[in-house]
Amino acid sequence: MSQNLIVKDSAPRSGLDRRHFLRLSGLSGLGLVLGLGWKSDGHELIASGADAVTVKLNPYIIIESSGTISIMNPMPDMGQGTFQSVPAMIAEELEVSLEQIRILQTGGEKEFGRQTAGGSNSIRGQYQKLRTVGAAGKEMLILAASQRWKVPVTDCYASEGNVYHKPSGKSFTYGDLAEAAAQLPVPQNPQLKDPKDFKILGKNYPRPDVPLKVSGKAVYGIDVELPGMVYASVAHCPVFNSKLISYDDSETMRIKGVTKLIRFQRALGAHKYDAIAVIGDTYWAAYQGKLALKTNWDYEGNDSFDTENYEQTLRDMSGNEGQVVHSDGDFEGSFQSAPVQITALYELPMLSHSPMEPQNCTAQWHGKDRVEVWVSSQGADRVKSEIAKNLDIPSDNIKVNILFSGGGFGRRLYNDYAVEAASIAREMETPVKMIWTREEDTQLGPFRPPTFSAMKAGLAADGKPLAFQHKVISPSMGSTLEDKKDTSGESSSMTEGISTQAYELPNMKNEYVFSQIHIPLAAWRSVTSSTVAFAHECFIDEMAEKAGMDPLEYRLQVLLTKPSDTKRLLLKLKEVSHWEKALPEGWGRGVAQYEFFAGLGGYVVEVSSKDKTSIHIEKVYMVIDLGTVVNPDTVALQVEGAATMALTAATKSAITFRNGQTRQTNFHNYPLVRINEMPEVEVHIIAEGGPKIRGVGEPGLPPFAPALANAIFAATGKRIRKLPFNMNKV
Amino acid sequence: MASISLTVNKKKYQIDADPEMPLLWAIRDLIGLKGTKFGCGMAQCGACTVHLDGEAVRSCVTLLGRADGQEIVTIEGISDNTSHPLQKAWIELQVPQCGYCQSGQIMSAAVLLRENPHPTDQDIDEAMMGNLCRCGTYTRIRKAIHRAAEIMNG
Repeated sequence: MSQNLIVKDSAPRSGLDRRHFLRLSGLSGLGLVLGLGWKSDGHELIASGADAVTVKLNPYIIIESSGTISIMNPMPDMGQGTFQSVPAMIAEELEVSLEQIRILQTGGEKEFGRQTAGGSNSIRGQYQKLRTVGAAGKEMLILAASQRWKVPVTDCYASEGNVYHKPSGKSFTYGDLAEAAAQLPVPQNPQLKDPKDFKILGKNYPRPDVPLKVSGKAVYGIDVELPGMVYASVAHCPVFNSKLISYDDSETMRIKGVTKLIRFQRALGAHKYDAIAVIGDTYWAAYQGKLALKTNWDYEGNDSFDTENYEQTLRDMSGNEGQVVHSDGDFEGSFQSAPVQITALYELPMLSHSPMEPQNCTAQWHGKDRVEVWVSSQGADRVKSEIAKNLDIPSDNIKVNILFSGGGFGRRLYNDYAVEAASIAREMETPVKMIWTREEDTQLGPFRPPTFSAMKAGLAADGKPLAFQHKVISPSMGSTLEDKKDTSGESSSMTEGISTQAYELPNMKNEYVFSQIHIPLAAWRSVTSSTVAFAHECFIDEMAEKAGMDPLEYRLQVLLTKPSDTKRLLLKLKEVSHWEKALPEGWGRGVAQYEFFAGLGGYVVEVSSKDKTSIHIEKVYMVIDLGTVVNPDTVALQVEGAATMALTAATKSAITFRNGQTRQTNFHNYPLVRINEMPEVEVHIIAEGGPKIRGVGEPGLPPFAPALANAIFAATGKRIRKLPFNMNKV
Repeated sequence: MASISLTVNKKKYQIDADPEMPLLWAIRDLIGLKGTKFGCGMAQCGACTVHLDGEAVRSCVTLLGRADGQEIVTIEGISDNTSHPLQKAWIELQVPQCGYCQSGQIMSAAVLLRENPHPTDQDIDEAMMGNLCRCGTYTRIRKAIHRAAEIMNG
């Protein structure tokens, strides 16, 4: 398996019709190809063969007469395994092995529709569609063989890229049949395999990118090299919304290798930020040139922004009436008359995504209004639309080459860095590779929104809930990134999952108090659930404590009397964590779950503390409910990773501002969890089939921190209501 | 500018460059080996780890001048055909996610195993603390180093 992600041919071209598409993908010939895909409306499966070169289609499967079988992957791989798991859904139904196929990455061509990996959507969003594509291809190949042999189609079957005639044992390869198959009508409702017959899906198949990634051969965006390429390093103002008044490049131009400066604007969402690119023969020259550049910025008052003040504002707003997202019964009346009342304020910080590969992009301008980019991104379609919008060029004139991403976590849903590189390339004769420093990656956002949660519960004397409130006080993603003036639509995304937990909470009210901010904010792995789940699940624990009940039994017996997926998940956690088994002295265990748009997961965390101050994590148990699983080992990896990221978020890092500038710069002051701090995570998957498929990449994140904090309470009696906290001193 | 001689993966290179340029950028942009990664530029993440005369160094803070005349091994030179026990173990345990940090992880682990063929969990943690992984592959890295030790020790 090689990584067929780099396109050698980068000549100017008019649009990306099928002929170009095939040429670009390095395929051998026209008229010998079975291309199978969906019409752009996504409702009709279509094929193309010799006479169909002008048909615009999205050929997910390309079988050449030479026998080469290519499968297109529309979902970029940032470490979540889509380079294998997405093509596997087609391969399973097509009856080809993963060793037989070449995987090609799509480049934002309209016909493929959504090509963005985000929201834990790559499997759950494509499962039926891509299996149908594979099954239709198989049926056409079988029919082509039966016609050639003049035998009943029911006597033929497909396996490992061949069609066999059962009675005689004779066979054709798919390559032999591709041209004939391409002439056949496309079955619109092909028979999908019974999952019990799956050879690939549901199995721990090794990923083809792993050998590349352990030998330095995997090509990431930052590794692209083009003939004549030069480098860019960009000076941005660390205070958002500042205007560049002037700059002095006399020192910069003295650096050997620096050739020119380009003034442009960074476009992030609806924002434009002044920036200057320093161009050099080497990255080191460009970077030295940037360091030597003297810039004079007008901060326009944005240098007074301070996190401590902003957090106080959010605290002060916690008593405000908010937009009502969900209201069931009479919260106020029931709360006031409840014999037991508890309230708490939870405070969650801003974060940077900090993928290991700093933002970068290589771009080449191809004459008038045409550009080609090579980039690590979560979505080729989004790269295209962001460049088209900001550079005001037709999206058909933009060619996007997606490479492996050195992490994403939501950061690479926003392609400001690709727009930057394209803006710079427009002023250049040669290709240019722009690379951000780690400092820029840490400081320039967009960041995870901070959310504060004002929690209230009224309980009966026996601990049963009578009233429950979760009020979120926060700025919003849309209001900052897209500069939306009307913030009435922001409440649902900023209260994600709160109203739809399976818990039976009478007189439940979910409100949202909007707070203005000028800092760009955006989705971070598991989005708003990454913060509000902490408040929600820790407060449920506080209620259990008031009720004098075990926190897991409180959830199961009081809050989940009816059957639900959440109840099933918690019962599984109870079983696998041996919840009822006594723990050693000084230990404590905590539980938490969260269900939201991406899926459903839960943890039991066990901790120990010798002095009720310093905490050691002993063991982590996780259950994720998927319905259907494509690669269990990849799921385990994603959960291990989500737990690690959640531990960092809970105990290590926050983004804070002073004088309008991000205070954190690099990993010494924005630390991540290191190997010595990471415990074993035991992952259990619930995959009992059925129509519902849940996501993988994100559900492992939200419930980790509350399970940890609840365990710390069990071990030490200390409640943690503000993140991050210090594991050595709770 | 200065003329610098380097031996990288047993191949000799003569390069004319700023001796203050970090070795990382010389390896990536002048010699053209891209397996060594840029992560932080200040020896905090370990993505740029290479062997300089047998020792694991962070090439992002190692000046090119210091490497003059010395022997460098990068991830591309650690084995032919991905056959190093660490690479085999990494594949067996499917360690990488995004994979960006893994060149550096493997280069650090290679020095550990050379010095200590039977490392404990604690030995591994101490040797590997300088290598960050944002995807969270740490527990698999620990297992894979133990597995590589088994493979090496037959």
